[in-house]
Amino acid sequence: MTSRINWLKVAFTLLGGTLLAFILWPLLNTIFTSHPHELWRTIIDPQVQGAILLSFYASAIATGIAIVTGVPLAYLLARHEFAGKGVIEGLIDLPIVVPHTAAGIALLMVFGREGILGKAFEPIGMRFVSSVPGIVIAMLFVSMPFLVDAARDGFAAVDPRLERVARTLGAGPWGAFRRVALPLAWRNILSGTVLMWARGLSEFGAVIILTYHPMVAPVLLYERFESYGLNYARPVAVWIILSALAVFIVLRLLARTRKQ
Amino acid sequence: MTTARLVVDQLGVAAGGFRLSAIDLAVDAGEYFVVLGPTGAGKTILLETIAGLRRVRSGAVHIDNEDVTRYPPERREIGFVYQDYALFPHLTVAENIAFGLRVQRRGEISRGVARITALLGIGPLRSRMPRDLSGGEQQRVALARALVVAPRVLLLDEPLSALDPQTREGLQRELAQLHRELGTTTVHVTHDFEEAAALADRIGVMNAGRIVQVGTVDAIFRRPASPFVARFVGTRNVFPGTATRTADGESRFTIDGVTLATATTIVGPAHAALRPEDILISAAPLPSSARNCLHGRITAITDRGMIVYVTVDVPPEFVAAVTRRSVVELDLVMGKGVYISFKASAVHIF
Repeated sequence: MTSRINWLKVAFTLLGGTLLAFILWPLLNTIFTSHPHELWRTIIDPQVQGAILLSFYASAIATGIAIVTGVPLAYLLARHEFAGKGVIEGLIDLPIVVPHTAAGIALLMVFGREGILGKAFEPIGMRFVSSVPGIVIAMLFVSMPFLVDAARDGFAAVDPRLERVARTLGAGPWGAFRRVALPLAWRNILSGTVLMWARGLSEFGAVIILTYHPMVAPVLLYERFESYGLNYARPVAVWIILSALAVFIVLRLLARTRKQ
Repeated sequence: MTTARLVVDQLGVAAGGFRLSAIDLAVDAGEYFVVLGPTGAGKTILLETIAGLRRVRSGAVHIDNEDVTRYPPERREIGFVYQDYALFPHLTVAENIAFGLRVQRRGEISRGVARITALLGIGPLRSRMPRDLSGGEQQRVALARALVVAPRVLLLDEPLSALDPQTREGLQRELAQLHRELGTTTVHVTHDFEEAAALADRIGVMNAGRIVQVGTVDAIFRRPASPFVARFVGTRNVFPGTATRTADGESRFTIDGVTLATATTIVGPAHAALRPEDILISAAPLPSSARNCLHGRITAITDRGMIVYVTVDVPPEFVAAVTRRSVVELDLVMGKGVYISFKASAVHIF
């Protein structure tokens, strides 16, 4: 048997490797050029801790809202044909392509002090400018597509006949959903949830339009870079990258258990 | 014993680009009724409509004189088995079978499951997952899951089609035996005439969204109501022609200048159907006045294992089914001139 060199494989490995290096180098460089002492001082800084925690829980609230509203939407999209379905599906993915600062402006028009919803929520003391609710709606707007798309794909992969059989066995529509569709699409919904939450964590553009203070982690990073320069901003960046990495590892593990 | 009469009355359904029109069926309590038709005839849609899974456009479905047309599936007490079984992949065999008992909050779940698994011989599979089962095992589990809740009507959608021939034969016998033991009113759809003939008390032949003939296996086989039914049940010889009556009252049928002796009261344009196994092939004319005897030339020989189909061009072309042994004994080869004979009563005019 003659073994010839597969030049296509060689060329593609080199090209792909270049791109990988382009991604990895800056990330690893940021992490490894930081001084451990400096990293430690940064993580015990209450402002840094506060910003990272705020990012975590504001994104968790946004994700919670999307679970309650987006999973039902995903189920409808996966199960039913109706007029305008294509438009709705395009609409859901729109936040991915709209510049996030533009998304922030659009939200501000509706949820700002002069906006209709902004005014509507005013009496119950909820403001969306310079407040946690503002961060939440900004994150919800830009990261919702990840959950809805994943959940829709999950439901679409469940044979509708399984639910039909469940119905003939005596389950109502809710029972068939809870006992058949939901458990079978569960992995997709879970990974969509993690992905959405992670995307929310990293949101900067839409958040900063609505809420500069209180600061989420990316805004804090931006402020430190603008006000104090690279050396001061770098350790914050390291912590943000590391937390994103941790989230991503969890996501990959989830994806792997799904395959099994 | 829970068993019920099922009546489908002038049912009309539109599903996607597909429609069922004016379907009438009356299945007696305890009857094994087979809906026979080609792929795309609308058989599955009919079953799903009886089960309440599709919206009815017109007509009604009655179970035991109760109008269930507007009932959701969960209130109809119907068992449904799909062609590829549709077992819940996230549940074990026992959990699959217990599903109906559980959602209906019936007691004695483990006893019910134990009884039905014993009846179907799948007790040892109870803790397995569906993906670890063979086709035949999956089908038994699907049957158990449908039967454990003692449905009033059992609907089977091509339950044997996805199985290999051997498993299929075994399960076919089991279906017949289950039906004898439980007596559940059953509607079974298939495209396979032999399967239908083996199981059915009566058959309804379906084509293009309509029921075109209902009758016993023998009636459908011997007296098809249309060229479609005749061809579908394996009658190879279907000819359009004209039925006439001779001066002394005997019936005749003329096809392309060939006249056959028949036994019918029909007169006028009609079809003649003749089963291949009713045709005899011989080297010389057979001396019998009761038979039609025609001379022709062999234009095709198709070997089907146990039997061989021989096409004889008179014209028209007749297909005869003969044993392998006759092929050798009569030295049947392409182009050879032979005589074909059949009784007047074997020619079905419709």
